[in-house]
Amino acid sequence: MFTKPIHTKLLLGFLFIAALFLPLYVPDSYMFQIVITSLLFAIATSSMNLILGYTGQASLAHGAFFGVGAYVVAIMTKAGWSFWIALPVSGLVATGIGFFIGLFAFRTRGHFFAIVTLCFGVILFQVAENWIEVTGGQNGIFGLDSATPIPFPFFGPIEFSSQPAQYYLVLAVLLLTLFVLHRVVYSIFGLTFMAIRNNEELADALGINTFATKMVSFAIANFIAAIAGGIYATILGAVSPSAISIMITFNFLIFLILGGMATLPGAVIGAFMIPIIMEFLQFMENYRMLFFGALLVVVIIWFPMGFFGGLKTINQKIIAWRQSNTSEDSNA
Amino acid sequence: MELFLQQLFNGIMFGSTYAIVALGLTLVMGILHIPNFAHGHLYMLGGYITYFFITNLGFGYWYSLLLSMVILGFVGVVMERIVFRPLTGQPPINAFIAAIGALIFLESLALVIWGPQGMRIPNPHPQIIKMFGITMEAQRLLVVGGAAVLIVLLHLFLKKTTTGTTIEAVAQNREGAMLTGINVNRVSSMTFFISSATAAVAASFLSPIFILSPAMGAVLGMKAFIIVILGGMGSVPGAILGGYFLGLIEALGGGYISAEYKDVFAFGALILVLSIKPTGLFGKQEG
Repeated sequence: MFTKPIHTKLLLGFLFIAALFLPLYVPDSYMFQIVITSLLFAIATSSMNLILGYTGQASLAHGAFFGVGAYVVAIMTKAGWSFWIALPVSGLVATGIGFFIGLFAFRTRGHFFAIVTLCFGVILFQVAENWIEVTGGQNGIFGLDSATPIPFPFFGPIEFSSQPAQYYLVLAVLLLTLFVLHRVVYSIFGLTFMAIRNNEELADALGINTFATKMVSFAIANFIAAIAGGIYATILGAVSPSAISIMITFNFLIFLILGGMATLPGAVIGAFMIPIIMEFLQFMENYRMLFFGALLVVVIIWFPMGFFGGLKTINQKIIAWRQSNTSEDSNA
Repeated sequence: MELFLQQLFNGIMFGSTYAIVALGLTLVMGILHIPNFAHGHLYMLGGYITYFFITNLGFGYWYSLLLSMVILGFVGVVMERIVFRPLTGQPPINAFIAAIGALIFLESLALVIWGPQGMRIPNPHPQIIKMFGITMEAQRLLVVGGAAVLIVLLHLFLKKTTTGTTIEAVAQNREGAMLTGINVNRVSSMTFFISSATAAVAASFLSPIFILSPAMGAVLGMKAFIIVILGGMGSVPGAILGGYFLGLIEALGGGYISAEYKDVFAFGALILVLSIKPTGLFGKQEG
C-alpha cells in the first residue's frame, strides 16, 4: 500500500535533481523570487493539507498562523535575537496560540469550525493592525536582516543574503516538511486523522480520542505554517498586516483545492504552479482572481480531488484498461 | 447621557442592517443547510447595483432600490443553481469552499467593474432631525424604520401565505415536504431570491451613509454568520434579536471601550458563546 512503483520513484528523483539545479536555469532574479515564495507557500499549504485534507477540519486561521510566524521572527530579529532561535520560537508561539484557539474551536464541527477559526484569524489580523507599539500597525516592520549566517568549519560561514542560498534554505525546509508529513500521514497515528475525517462518530466509537488527535494535527499544521511565515519575513525583509490577512488563507485554500486535497504532491503542485501561472497572467490584472474564484467553484463541484487527484484517477483508469486488455488477450 | 443616546441610536441603526442581512442568511442556512459564506458579498453587490442605477442611469432612489432587489434576487437564484445545487448531499465543507470561490468571484467582479476606490451614493434624504438632544440624518431614521417594516412584511409572508409556509415546511422536514408535493428545488430558488433581495435592501439603505467598496462584504458577511450561529440556524427571531444585539454591543463597545477593536467584540462574543454551547444560543442539537 505504501510502496511506490519504479516510474514514480524515477519521476521524484528527476524532480529532485531539477530542483537542485534550478538556480542555474531560472531566467531572472524576479522569477527566482517568485519561485522562492511559491516554495514557501508550498510549505504552508502542505501543512494546511494536514488539518484540512487529512483530518477534515477546515481551519481558516491557517494564514493567520503563517502571519504569526512572520511577526514573531520580525519582532525577535529586530530585537537582536538570532534568526535560528527566532524561527523555532515563532513555531512554538503559533502552536501555543493554536492550542488556545483549539480549546474553543474543536468544540464545534464542520463549517462551524471553519467560521470560529476564521473569526480567530480576523482577530489576529486586527491585533496586528492595531497593536502599533509591537507590530508597527499598518506599516508593519521593515528593514529585517537576512537570516543569521551559520558558522561552518573550513568553508567559512554560510550566508543567506543571496537568492540561491535563500532558495536552498527554503527547499531544505520544504523537503523536511514533506518528510515529516509523509511520516505522520502514513503512520498509524496518521490513519486516525483520516478516520476522523471520514467519520468522526465512528472514530470516537473505536476509542480514538478525537479531541486530542485533532489538536495534535492542528498543532503540527500551525507549527509548520509559522515556520514558513518566519522564513517569509526574513526573505522579504519586511512584514505587514497583509501577511496575516484572510486573503493569505484563501490563497492557501485555492492552492490546496486546485492542486489536490489529501495528497502530499497536490498541495506542493498547487502552491508552486498557481503563483507562477498568476505571474504569467499578469496582463489580466484583477480578472485573475475572477478566474480563480470561478475555477475554485468548478473544481470543488466536478473535481473535488483537484489536479493531482485527477491525475490519479486517469492513472487508475489506464491501469484498469491495460488489465482488461491483457485479460482479453489471455482469454483469446 | 447624550453620548449614550447617540451610540444607542447608532447601535440600533447598525443592528437594523445586521438584522436584515442575518435574516436572509438564516433562511438559507437553516432551511437549505447551505453555508452561504458569500452572503455578505451579495450585499456588497446590491449596493453597487443601486449605485449603478442612481449614478450611471440617473434613476430615482426608490426606483433603483426596487430594481436592485429584483436583479440581486436573480443573482442569488443563479448562484444557488450553479454553485450550491450540484453540491447537495456532499459534505457541507465542500459547499463552504464553493461559497469562498463565489465570494472571491463576486469581490473581483466588483473590483473589475468599479475599481478599488470607494464610491458614494448621493444621500436622498439629507435632512437633519434633532430629537432628545441627539442629531439624526433622515436617511439613518429610514434605515431603522425601513428595516422594521421589511422584517414585519417578511414575517407575514413566511407565516400567513401558502408560499411562505412551504419554506418552513422544507425546513422542518425535507422528505416530508417532498411527499406532500412541495417542489423543493423551487423552494430553494425562492429562498435564495428572498435572501438576496433583502440583502440588496440593506445595502441600498446604508450605502448613502457609508462608502461602497468591494471589500465591504467580507466583514459584514462574517458578522451575519456570527449572528445566525448565535441566534440558532434557521431561527428568524434569533437572527433579528441577534442583529440588534450585535449592533448595540459594537456601538457601545466602540464608544466606551475601543473604536479600533470594534469588530473584535463581535467575534469574541461568538467564540465565547460557541465554546459554552457549540450549537448556538437557540440552536437545535445537531452539528
